[in-house]
Amino acid sequence: MMDFLTPVTWADALAVKADRPEAVPVAGGTDVMVELNFHRRRPAALLDLTRVPELAAWGRDGDVLRVGAGVSYTRLIEELGGLLPGLAAASRTVGSPQIRNRGTLGGNLGSASPAGDGHPPLLAAGAVVELASVRGTREVPVADFFTGPKRSVLAPDELIAAVLVAPADGPEQFAKIGTRNAMVIAVSSFALALHPGRRSVGTGIGSAAPTPRRAPEAEEFAAAHLPWDGPGPLDPDLARRFGELVSAAAAPIDDVRGTAAYRRHSLSVLARRTLTWAWEELCE
Amino acid sequence: MTCTVNGVPRTADDVWEGESLLYVLRERLGLPGSKNACEQGECGSCTVYLDGTAVCSCLVAAGQAVGREVVTVEGLSGGPDAEPGPVQRAFLAAGAVQCGFCTPGLIVAVDDLLSRNPHPTDPQIREALAGNLCRCTGYEKIMEAVRLAAGGQA
Repeated sequence: MMDFLTPVTWADALAVKADRPEAVPVAGGTDVMVELNFHRRRPAALLDLTRVPELAAWGRDGDVLRVGAGVSYTRLIEELGGLLPGLAAASRTVGSPQIRNRGTLGGNLGSASPAGDGHPPLLAAGAVVELASVRGTREVPVADFFTGPKRSVLAPDELIAAVLVAPADGPEQFAKIGTRNAMVIAVSSFALALHPGRRSVGTGIGSAAPTPRRAPEAEEFAAAHLPWDGPGPLDPDLARRFGELVSAAAAPIDDVRGTAAYRRHSLSVLARRTLTWAWEELCE
Repeated sequence: MTCTVNGVPRTADDVWEGESLLYVLRERLGLPGSKNACEQGECGSCTVYLDGTAVCSCLVAAGQAVGREVVTVEGLSGGPDAEPGPVQRAFLAAGAVQCGFCTPGLIVAVDDLLSRNPHPTDPQIREALAGNLCRCTGYEKIMEAVRLAAGGQA
């Protein structure tokens, strides 16, 4: 037998998770239900989060946006496309309309796949994950959240409450390699955020390391060499070097979706292209 | 478990809450219109409305559907003996049905598309149907059916 736990408030959900830390949280079911359908997993309990209204809300919290873990990709696109264009662009590449209607940002983080489409834009934007339990709430930068393939710092009694992220203050781009435009797990992906006000650059690499990760050297290089003072055409050598540094930050493997060499190459191309697009957007 | 299916309150016995809504519809409620093909959200054959949103019923846990409103492909016409609905008529008129296995999911997905966007462009149709696979590869006729349904010509 498996227990099916259905809290209807956030406080209930945390109390249930404290009482039953082995319970597997489920929201859109786009990962968990696949495991159940294929008998890969038979948890002692499922913790249904779809009836917790707090998780489905988003709003401004001072200078940042607080996006509830239960907000679907469809809502990220439709409601937050203007404020978080990088995350919305990545969300458009997730699955199909049916999957985007169900899948949630919190579920993407909880699954902690190295290929999760939402992760690179959150890394590029410097987002923070809000984790909660009956013991209290803690905030973990997305860059520190993932600890390995499908592993994170989430404790057994904790749930993902929300993501805290500043609205874009410059161009954001996302690009992903796959065998078709829909229903594909990334072979590699890359997200970029430009912050012209403070002359800095954010990056996020997907599907090319044990966890999603930033490319700090590439960020520093671009921040130091982009022509912030007199925006004009981007020096192709600068874009190429940026691509090389992003590629060097990855630690890919060969698997069924692609080789390590292809992942490195494609990342350098994605990084060069997204920097070019973002810079053109800035100059418009 | 109890939920509303095609406007009628339905109760299913002996439901394991971790089984899929698709299994409940097909095996417990006798509604075999929604098809079971991939069981992992890849093929769209099991597409239904859940509280008005198009979803893969194979990825909804039965317990998550309790008290919710489900509309299946059977609910898009007046009933088993009634006339087909407009999207269904368009598929018939365009010859967009080959083996037929993907058709119910496509009918729901097209119904959903046209309710949000009554006059979609071809790229919009392709995007909206990206999660519905036709292994007979009859996509050109399916595109034609959507154009027919959108034009009110079926």
